[in-house]
Amino acid sequence: MARLAIGLTAVTVVFFVAALTLGPAPIGPVESLHALIAGDEGPLTLVMREIRLPRATLAVMVGASLGLAGAAMQGYLRNPLAEPGLIGVSGSAALGAVIAIQTGLATSMALGLPAMALIGALVGVTLVMALAGPRGSSLTLILAGIAISALAAALTSLVLNLSPNPFAANEIVFWMMGSLADRSMTHVWIALPFMGVGWAMLATLGRGLDALTLGEDAAGAMGISLKRLRLTLVLGTASVVGAATAVAGAIGFVGLVVPHILRPLVGAQPSRLLWASAICGATMVLAADIAVRLILPERDLKLGVVTAIVGAPLFLHLIYKTRRQLA
Amino acid sequence: MLDGYALSISDLMRSSSIAAILSLAGMLAVPALADDLPKRVVSMNLCTDQLAMMLAAPGQLLSVSYLATDPRGSAMAEKAKSYQINRGLAEEIYLLRPDLVVAGSFSTRATVDMLKRLDIPVAVFEPAYGLGEVRDRLREMGEVLGREEAANALIADYDYHLGSLLEEAGHRPRAALYYANGYTSGDRTLAGQILFAAGFENVAVEAGYSTGGILPLEVLAMLEPEALITGRRYSGTSRSEEILDHPVVQTLRADGTNGAISDRDWICGTPYVLRAIKELGTLHREMVED
Amino acid sequence: MTFLSINRLSVSLRDRCVLRNVSFEVGAGECVGLLGPNGAGKTTLMRAALGLIPYEGESSIANMVSADRARMAAWMPQTREIAWPMTVERLVVLGRIPHMANGQRPTAKDYEKVNAALAAMDLDRFRDRTATRLSGGEQVRVLIARVLAQDTPLILADEPVAGLDPAHQISTMQIFSELARAGRSVIVSLHDIGLAARHCTRLILLSDGGVAADGPPGEVLTLDRMAEVFGIHAFYRDTEDGPVFQPLKVIE
Repeated sequence: MARLAIGLTAVTVVFFVAALTLGPAPIGPVESLHALIAGDEGPLTLVMREIRLPRATLAVMVGASLGLAGAAMQGYLRNPLAEPGLIGVSGSAALGAVIAIQTGLATSMALGLPAMALIGALVGVTLVMALAGPRGSSLTLILAGIAISALAAALTSLVLNLSPNPFAANEIVFWMMGSLADRSMTHVWIALPFMGVGWAMLATLGRGLDALTLGEDAAGAMGISLKRLRLTLVLGTASVVGAATAVAGAIGFVGLVVPHILRPLVGAQPSRLLWASAICGATMVLAADIAVRLILPERDLKLGVVTAIVGAPLFLHLIYKTRRQLA
Repeated sequence: MLDGYALSISDLMRSSSIAAILSLAGMLAVPALADDLPKRVVSMNLCTDQLAMMLAAPGQLLSVSYLATDPRGSAMAEKAKSYQINRGLAEEIYLLRPDLVVAGSFSTRATVDMLKRLDIPVAVFEPAYGLGEVRDRLREMGEVLGREEAANALIADYDYHLGSLLEEAGHRPRAALYYANGYTSGDRTLAGQILFAAGFENVAVEAGYSTGGILPLEVLAMLEPEALITGRRYSGTSRSEEILDHPVVQTLRADGTNGAISDRDWICGTPYVLRAIKELGTLHREMVED
Repeated sequence: MTFLSINRLSVSLRDRCVLRNVSFEVGAGECVGLLGPNGAGKTTLMRAALGLIPYEGESSIANMVSADRARMAAWMPQTREIAWPMTVERLVVLGRIPHMANGQRPTAKDYEKVNAALAAMDLDRFRDRTATRLSGGEQVRVLIARVLAQDTPLILADEPVAGLDPAHQISTMQIFSELARAGRSVIVSLHDIGLAARHCTRLILLSDGGVAADGPPGEVLTLDRMAEVFGIHAFYRDTEDGPVFQPLKVIE
């Protein structure tokens, strides 16, 4: 297990350095890292410290959050299809974020944006959990996810359409597909407190999720408080997904792809999947963000496009497999 | 009578840059008029709105689009308020019983097609991609409205003022146009040519942009423009405009000269671009004199 | 020593009274078979006793702090759930959760208990196999091993032997009775009255939400009571190979 942890972390570090050294502005890797660490008044340091560093840092934070949230939700619902983006949690968070921006709450209150996104995510995750029931069957989970995503997207679109700002109406694409373009350290600082708290909460779930492998009754009799587990999961997920969506929009499929790939590597144990998915989620978002910057940088490709291209076929495969199991 | 119409159509055909022209069937179905000039003209595009308001004979123009009344985007917002306002919907335009609709080539295609099916003649105008094309648009609008003389007078006036503004710029400061969503304009755009006419070098051209496109923030930073010219904010908040508050943009602003442009003088190819050149020219003089 | 004390326990599920005023105590060294027709309340009784569902009355273990209770009583539910494709060994290690702090790795002592449980359930050679790919009966044995690994004084098991082949049914019941002889207590619900008669030290017969009989197998399994509670004619005799019980036919 230690080997896996070291391996996954090493890969993340490689991608982090790659994210720092690759970009539309042609700057050599040594040169750029030197500008980042040593620093001067030149534009290179500005680019490294104010553009690439926050962007790569956010990619790690957002990816870790989505991977962790995906692994935690799957563990709780005991369903590999549970993913914050697909079941409408990210969409609801986006709605909260858009409301915060359009009502001016995001500017009048320092943490107004992530706080509203958290509330949106909380509504979404609570609805899904209520609809899907304690052991989320694939069908109810997907149907609930479709309904919540569609409603959240429609309301987000409505709020943006009502804005007096002519640019707002077209921003639905960002909120639905996600992007890390032009983020700054400000975004790192507003997301970090919520993510930090959320990570800490989700990290405590390992034991409970392991026990849940045997069902709720068995877990309950093993001393796991299911009420507390559920509350921690809901709050933790809302916190990390809300903060991630507030700064980067809704990025789908990360929480689906990452746990799926890692499950065989961690012996399918939910507690081990948690930390592994956090590390690997960071790698996936870093890789996706490198891709959108290198392919068509002038087109502002959205992150969610890349993750969906990777994730959707896997999602379909999982649905197919679940269907065969049910048959 | 039919001959008269045929003549006007062929005239229009000759003015080649009008992309899609009048619907022939529609023309034939319209009952004969005293003369062949359109009398109930409806415009449904911000730029055709302004061209039509400049050139139409009194009473000839019936309605302009709602965008024309917005002082942020329209240079003739006050004047636009004296016309009926339309939202570019086929239904309301049809009910105005126009004998000519002028639209931009970026207007909703479905609406334009619908109007054509309803036998309403539609003249479609391309946007102006340069200072020279302002002349073309004026001429075209003069032609479809039958106001060639007024158009020629305006063109002469435009040429005169443009000539007086175009000084030989000695030192050309390197400037960047940077709008919401990180959009910039290269040299083959109206905005790019206004920038050049005002005496600036466009850094987007250095980065290989001839038309408009998204200029990644880090490319902008590496270009180190001496002047940063951004769009003016609209009311309400948007994520798209957030980039204008990015620390990098703030640093560039603090390091160099910066200006904000008013969309109303830049968006459309009308003689109001002269005002934009003049304003930027002031900025240029300040920079050169420093 | 009393491991479980149930006093006037009543349970209503969806406004229907499932159990009414059930009282009994289980002391050390007992292997209690819980019998009764479908719907008599066997599962409900065990879940209420563990505090997993709301109840009225008293249960000595339901009142405990959940962490303490988990070290006092292990529970094998009737639904055989293995959600993820974990190895048999990993799954059995889950039984050690109540003895480990959050995030703590299993110690040598934990593995000792796990190995003992695997050996008891004849699972040594399955140790590294993926539990979800085993047959139904093998999975049941894995789940019983998990319960054994929890290493508690009291074990409650809901129809643990359903779905097992005869050899494993007998060996499982033998494990339970050996645990009882070693001073622990087992409460096991069963439909196989013959197995119960042979391996349990005591039988509690539930009927219509109440205790119809409670005592040694010989006293509980009277033919009249079988007719009354289960509606069957049965054969029951003490032989030199132990008690033999065989249901014969349904009373018309």
